[in-house]
Amino acid sequence: MKASVAGYARAQSLGHAFDLLQSAQGEAVVIAGGQSLVASLNLRLSEEALLVDIRHLPELRGVVLHEGVLRLGALTRHAELAQAPLVAEHAPLLTQAAPLIAHAAIRSRGTLGGSLANADPAAELPACMIALAAEILVRSAGNERRIPADAFFEGLFTTALEEGEIIVAVDIPLKAAGDRHVIRELTRRSGDYAIVGLAGVKSVDGVRLAYFGVSDKPVLAAGAMTILNSGGSIEDAVSALQDDLDPESDPHASAEYRRHLAAVLLRRVLADMTNS
Amino acid sequence: MSIRFDNPDRPNSYIGRTVPRPNARRLVEGRGRYVDDIVLPRMLHAVFLRSPYAHARIQSINTEAARAAHGVRGVFTGADLAEHCTPWVAVLAHLKGLKSAPQHPIAVDRATWTGEAVAAVVADTRAQAEEAAALIEVDYEPLQPVTDMRTALDPETPVLHPDLGDNLTFQREHVSGDPAEVMRTAPVIVESRFKTGRHTGVCVEPRSILADYNRSEKQLTVYHSTQAPHMMQVVFAEHLGLPEGAVRVICGDVGGSFGIKVHVYPDEVATATISKILGRPVKFIADRLESFATDIHARDHEIDARMALDEDGRILALDIEDLTGIGPYSVYPRTSAIEGNQVVNLCGGPYDFANYRARTTVVLQNKSPTCQYRAVGHPIAAAVTEGMVDLAAEKLGLDPIEIRRRNLIADDAYPYTSPANMRFEGLSHHKSLNKLVEMMDYPALRAEQAALRENGVYRGIGIASFIELTNPSPFMYGIGGARISAQDGCTVRMDPDGSVVAMSGVTEQGQGTEAMLAQVTAEAVGVPVQRVRVITGDTQTTPYGGGTWASRGAGIGGEAALQAGRALRENILAVAGAMLQCAPETLDIVEGNIVDLGTDTERMPLSELGRVVYFRGDTLPKGLPRELVVTRHYITSDYPFAFTNGIQASYVEVDPETGFVKLLKHWCVEDCGRVINPQLVDEQIRGGIVQGIGGALYEESLYDTEGQLLNANMADYLVPMASEMPDMIIGHVETPTRESELGAKGAGEAGTAGAPAAVMNAINDAIRPLGGRVTSMPMTPERILRSIHHLPE
Ligand SMILES: Cc1cc2nc3c(=O)[nH]c(=O)nc-3n(C[C@H](O)[C@H](O)[C@H](O)COP(=O)(O)OP(=O)(O)OC[C@H]3O[C@@H](n4cnc5c(N)ncnc54)[C@H](O)[C@@H]3O)c2cc1C
Repeated sequence: MKASVAGYARAQSLGHAFDLLQSAQGEAVVIAGGQSLVASLNLRLSEEALLVDIRHLPELRGVVLHEGVLRLGALTRHAELAQAPLVAEHAPLLTQAAPLIAHAAIRSRGTLGGSLANADPAAELPACMIALAAEILVRSAGNERRIPADAFFEGLFTTALEEGEIIVAVDIPLKAAGDRHVIRELTRRSGDYAIVGLAGVKSVDGVRLAYFGVSDKPVLAAGAMTILNSGGSIEDAVSALQDDLDPESDPHASAEYRRHLAAVLLRRVLADMTNS
Repeated sequence: MSIRFDNPDRPNSYIGRTVPRPNARRLVEGRGRYVDDIVLPRMLHAVFLRSPYAHARIQSINTEAARAAHGVRGVFTGADLAEHCTPWVAVLAHLKGLKSAPQHPIAVDRATWTGEAVAAVVADTRAQAEEAAALIEVDYEPLQPVTDMRTALDPETPVLHPDLGDNLTFQREHVSGDPAEVMRTAPVIVESRFKTGRHTGVCVEPRSILADYNRSEKQLTVYHSTQAPHMMQVVFAEHLGLPEGAVRVICGDVGGSFGIKVHVYPDEVATATISKILGRPVKFIADRLESFATDIHARDHEIDARMALDEDGRILALDIEDLTGIGPYSVYPRTSAIEGNQVVNLCGGPYDFANYRARTTVVLQNKSPTCQYRAVGHPIAAAVTEGMVDLAAEKLGLDPIEIRRRNLIADDAYPYTSPANMRFEGLSHHKSLNKLVEMMDYPALRAEQAALRENGVYRGIGIASFIELTNPSPFMYGIGGARISAQDGCTVRMDPDGSVVAMSGVTEQGQGTEAMLAQVTAEAVGVPVQRVRVITGDTQTTPYGGGTWASRGAGIGGEAALQAGRALRENILAVAGAMLQCAPETLDIVEGNIVDLGTDTERMPLSELGRVVYFRGDTLPKGLPRELVVTRHYITSDYPFAFTNGIQASYVEVDPETGFVKLLKHWCVEDCGRVINPQLVDEQIRGGIVQGIGGALYEESLYDTEGQLLNANMADYLVPMASEMPDMIIGHVETPTRESELGAKGAGEAGTAGAPAAVMNAINDAIRPLGGRVTSMPMTPERILRSIHHLPE
């Protein structure tokens, strides 16, 4: 199939991008790495729209320490995440997660902002943001807001982003000495979206466990976390997953199998946290 | 003079050597020319509107808005094309009872699978044609689909084609000996059910065609990504009412075919028909979604098997009950009964036993049509046979190698006729098995497996012997009435500078046919291989031939090239004798020079002979023949097929918590007779193994009960990928066929034939201690986990 696109415009500045979005009156869509958007255009899953290319906006770039948090620009490529020393030091969860995403060519183009805005329930980075308790910085023509990752992902390919809003960056609390970051996933083939994945962060505040591939969005295993954070046993936490997760069946795996794998991953991630 | 294959240092010894492929550099540099690269003046693009229902009556089609859309040059329904193209019925006379219904290029009043074309739009661009296709309004009356092959023959199930009476398209039972009696009395009986998953061959280059009907010449030229140009020439001529001579099929570079591109596809015939109607070139390139829904599928089988053995583990009898669903039509012209027929022919194939019953039941259903895909029927027969042998070994407490030693046909037993009436000229099962055991260091691997199991690591070793049908004679299709050539020809020509051109009826699909032809021709004539240019894939310039199927390129096309090259050599030497005033028998051609036979003393280069023949023929004796172009054809006649054999082994690790399988290593020892290019053969085996592993672990075209295809894309349909593939160690035993001078049999399908069986046996070896056994392919982690009871059944 051939993509049906109404037009293409390269934004020269963030302000220009907002103008373009506004003038198209809802008929425009931002394009970053294009690694999800172009595929859906080619399947004619996305309707005819003006593509506003934000790849050249310096405001959306950079990996920096900023007021006590790690700030990652929305245009940070998956490949950059894998290599950035600041990320390795302050958010090693993302260093581990990046190589799990897709294949090398896609990691060289796909962006953090694109992955979060796309909100694929089986994607790694949205779950990592929840596990890390990150905040997502969003701007529109007249406004800027910070959305906690927990509240950002609303459902299948849907987020708290409103029309005309662009993700500019994410702010990630810095890892403290002794914190543990672990991500594990189960895929049939390297580079596939996960059948089930689990991003875990252990800090003085306790453990945060964010699953992906088990629901229409990444989910915190709240019951299991409560048990673990109040000194409960691993097996009790595993039992709590029954209520925490409500996976569905699809051609890749049945709901039952996903539940089973979620339990396996919990044991493995917790073991990694103790061993590492 | 025959070629001294036993002497690797003989002159011009290209046969048996790894010679770089002449087309490799061109393809790697992106200079290949595939159908989609061809752009003709006035060319239009065809797009097909496809049925969203598995089974529906087409009440009406409103094409008005589509016709008015920008860039559109024509909209065609099935009824429109029926006036210009006759329907076909895919049956073969020798497959007794095989029946199918007339099929049109576009569905006329009923759609019978999701993806069947119901209308075509041609426009200046593909995008315009797609836009317009979306404007076509079809009024469908959904009908009850037939999806479950187990109930296809039940009285409550609707009959797909009422004229046929029922949904049974073909059934064949073969009995030899007295299997029923043996089953009743034998001391050891094992039985099991197997399922192979419906899947397809995913070609990098999708199906592609550019048809150009030129009214001024009344000639149809078709640029086609196909395995069988001459077969397609016949089909276009017959159904479009043209003389065969007015149809030229040209097949340039092809990006993989695997059997997918050897069939007649309705949308491709529709494209040619539209070109004839409009008198303009029309291109159709299937996109990936269309490929999944309309390329042929294969391997949709369920098999119940029983094996009887004596106490010593000798096989006494085998009983096979096979059921397969082939979609709504038998596929033209090879038919969709061949796969089931092969299961009957091939089960038990490597083993020496006398009592055999096998029955295949082939039913119609509302899913994509199935037909021949790489190693037709073999992976199914091998999985069933080898699965049963391992089951018997388990029951008897025998090692899988030992039970095979006791049952494989002895290496000195040939010629041998199997209980399925397959005739084997010469196979090497025991030699191959011994070589495999040595290559993989079987005892050490077993020791490693046992040691690791102590630590809770579940590894398994799987062995699979197999036979492979290659070099088919007309017994495969021709005797059934199909105009499909089993013979093949090659024309070899020497040009003035001593360079050589070989034109062959076999085709290049990316597998290296042209490299093989160049090597054989170079050695046969006596010129450096770089001086040979090969031309394939053009019905107007190459000798008539069958193309690529049933692993016939080297064995049949190679022999034709050898004979043509040898004949050209004789003709060259006759001229050389006259020029050098000596007997031709005292001369030879080595690396492009005429030399004295025996001493290799150079007498003159071929360019000198070429100069004299083409420009100073007046200096040669008047009556001297100077035919520097020779054509030879070859057909097998002693045996209907040249069977090959081999054995594979797989080493896997199963994660008992997740059911995930890690492929650690794979071995194959294979006997394709004379190996012409070792690297090409090894890579054919490796590629074949990967496709076999695809069927074993990953690939399945999933349908729901309404006949909707659920995973028609590369994200949901899992093809095997490089990261997961094991290292593959390939070894050879060479038992040349005595039917030809070259002695080559086929090698293209052996890897696919045995790999699923080897992987299945390895997985089962790994999970046996956990009480698990899987016999349903693809063997997904979930199926494996269920079998070891870590998930409810
Ligand atoms: C074969 C393949 C395999 C893949 N496997 C994985 C995988 O295993 N795991 C995984 O996580 N991903 C995977 N991906 C997706 C990949 O990670 C994408 O790069 C990512 O999901 C989207 O990032 P992008 O920059 O390419 O976004 P685009 O494709 O350009 O855009 C995606 C969506 O996000 C919006 N968008 C982009 N940037 C912004 C922004 N700054 N603000 C607001 N909206 C924005 C776009 O409008 C669009 O709706 C795979 C992709 C392919 C092609």
